Amino acid sequence: MSFLELRGVEKHFGSLKAIKGIDLAVEKGEFVVFVGPSGCGKSTLLRMIAGLTEIDRGVLFLDGRDITRLASSKRDLAMVFQSYALYPHMSVADNMSFALRLANVDKTTIREKVRRAAEILNLTQYLERTPKELSGGQRQRVAIGRAIVRAPKVFLFDEPLSNLDAALRGQTRVEIAKLHRELGATTIYVTHDQVEAMTLADRVVVLRDGSIEQVGSPLELYDHPANQFVAQFIGTPQMNIVDSTALPALRDAAGVTGPADGFIGVRPESVLVRPAGRGRLAGRVGPASERPVQIVARQNERTDLQPGDAVGLDIVPASFHLFDRQGQLVSGSARG
Amino acid sequence: MKHLALLVRTVAAWLVTLLLVFPLIWLVLTAFKTELQAIAVPPQLFFTPTLESFREVNLRSDYLHHAANSVITSFVSTLLGLAIAAPAAYSMAFFRTRRTRDILMWMLSTKMMPAVGALVPVYVMAQTAGLLDSRTALIVVFTLSNLPIMVWMLYSGFKDIPPDILEAARMDGASIWGEFTQVIRPLAMGTLASTGLLCLVLAWNEAFWSLNLSSAKAGTLAALIASYSSPEGLFWAKLSAASLMAIAPIVVVGWFSQKQLVQGLTFGAVK
Repeated sequence: MSFLELRGVEKHFGSLKAIKGIDLAVEKGEFVVFVGPSGCGKSTLLRMIAGLTEIDRGVLFLDGRDITRLASSKRDLAMVFQSYALYPHMSVADNMSFALRLANVDKTTIREKVRRAAEILNLTQYLERTPKELSGGQRQRVAIGRAIVRAPKVFLFDEPLSNLDAALRGQTRVEIAKLHRELGATTIYVTHDQVEAMTLADRVVVLRDGSIEQVGSPLELYDHPANQFVAQFIGTPQMNIVDSTALPALRDAAGVTGPADGFIGVRPESVLVRPAGRGRLAGRVGPASERPVQIVARQNERTDLQPGDAVGLDIVPASFHLFDRQGQLVSGSARG
Repeated sequence: MKHLALLVRTVAAWLVTLLLVFPLIWLVLTAFKTELQAIAVPPQLFFTPTLESFREVNLRSDYLHHAANSVITSFVSTLLGLAIAAPAAYSMAFFRTRRTRDILMWMLSTKMMPAVGALVPVYVMAQTAGLLDSRTALIVVFTLSNLPIMVWMLYSGFKDIPPDILEAARMDGASIWGEFTQVIRPLAMGTLASTGLLCLVLAWNEAFWSLNLSSAKAGTLAALIASYSSPEGLFWAKLSAASLMAIAPIVVVGWFSQKQLVQGLTFGAVK
């Protein structure tokens, strides 16, 4: 049995099924990221694991024990909230040691653990301050410190970076990754940002409408998306999805094999821009809304192409994804 | 022009203040008069103060006994009320359902009903239970009649606490009791204190139920004052002396807790 295991987990809000039977196994030490558009149920699922939202059906195992009905306070999980949720009336040190004090850990041990966590997170000089005297990034680190002081079985992160500005977000992301490498703690991390998911995760769980669309390593999802949703959700700019009847020439250009009907997916970096008259496809530089098919190409070379210029296009061999009318992958030849 | 406006405003403020405080000042003055001075026409503003009325009141009725009744009934009902209202407000503030708002409105609506509407049933219940003229009856009635306000005040105070913080405490291993004592109580101290104080004052000043449910044994200070408007006629000086003694303790309590009270009532506003 895996370290953390969800079996047929469901959540209903009235008649709405928010989580529709999730099966998932997380191994010890793994960094798993739940990603999906807003409203897909990722935060709800995390809260169900945390015990903050009740599980209506299914079972949840942690370290061989059924914890489906166990109170949050007894699950031995730590959570970092989007809002940080620090105790405003306590100092940084008291915030970090709250759980240990509740557990009646002796004072010397507490002091030592807080000291070490503060050192890791660069908070030593702020230990006596209250949260409102700290910047956003420092508060975030206190919230993380509060979690690591306890050495819980699993760390849960609920969109921890969304309240930080872009620069700090990037920096904290690196710190979280480093922290995970050092502590080797099992981590579940929720985000709507696929870049965060791709850079942090050992495995990514893509959710939509309360169901898992695909689980896999970042590269697996990128190279072998199971369906059109995952294909378009992962990667920026988005994968081009072209109806095969709208541009029959693309089929040959990409060397698509498999059924004739469906959608052809090609990532922007697999589209090569050629001078006009060359290449297997002909096109014009956008914006060109009157064109029936739009394809986004990513170029690394500098170019003086202007909107309206004619170009030719080639598709990198063996880089297509073919989806049926329901959006499921039929065949793909992508590398990896 | 600006100067004039300020002057007008200042005068107006003083007039309103005087209007509000005048009865109280008159009460204090009258308490130190003799009965004759008290009914003298034109009213006397300057006179030789006397403690005659106070002596009389203490002689005629047992002030300390009534004061004790007031202290016990108001304090116990306030503490009891807090003990009941706090968990109710907690669940309404942090575990909202579709019906929470309705329940709160319904609770408040009970305060709209005139107390006399419930007099007969409450009286009969107290009588059947053998609790007429007992502090227990007063405590129960005070507690229940103050509950809606207590729940409302605590609810609005608790609502200002981000639920995330309580969830964080729960994740940190806090039980419900721990959540309450370690997180909610320190964060909502102002609300708790002002709620308790307000209800203390309300219970202290309560006259309707004390008059109807108690007499000599459990009578509060409110009942003591009322006893001076007797069939023998109004004794203004003694009535004033008794009133002054009745309100003095609660005025002192209010005076010292003013800051706490204001802070509690504006807690959400200045966050």
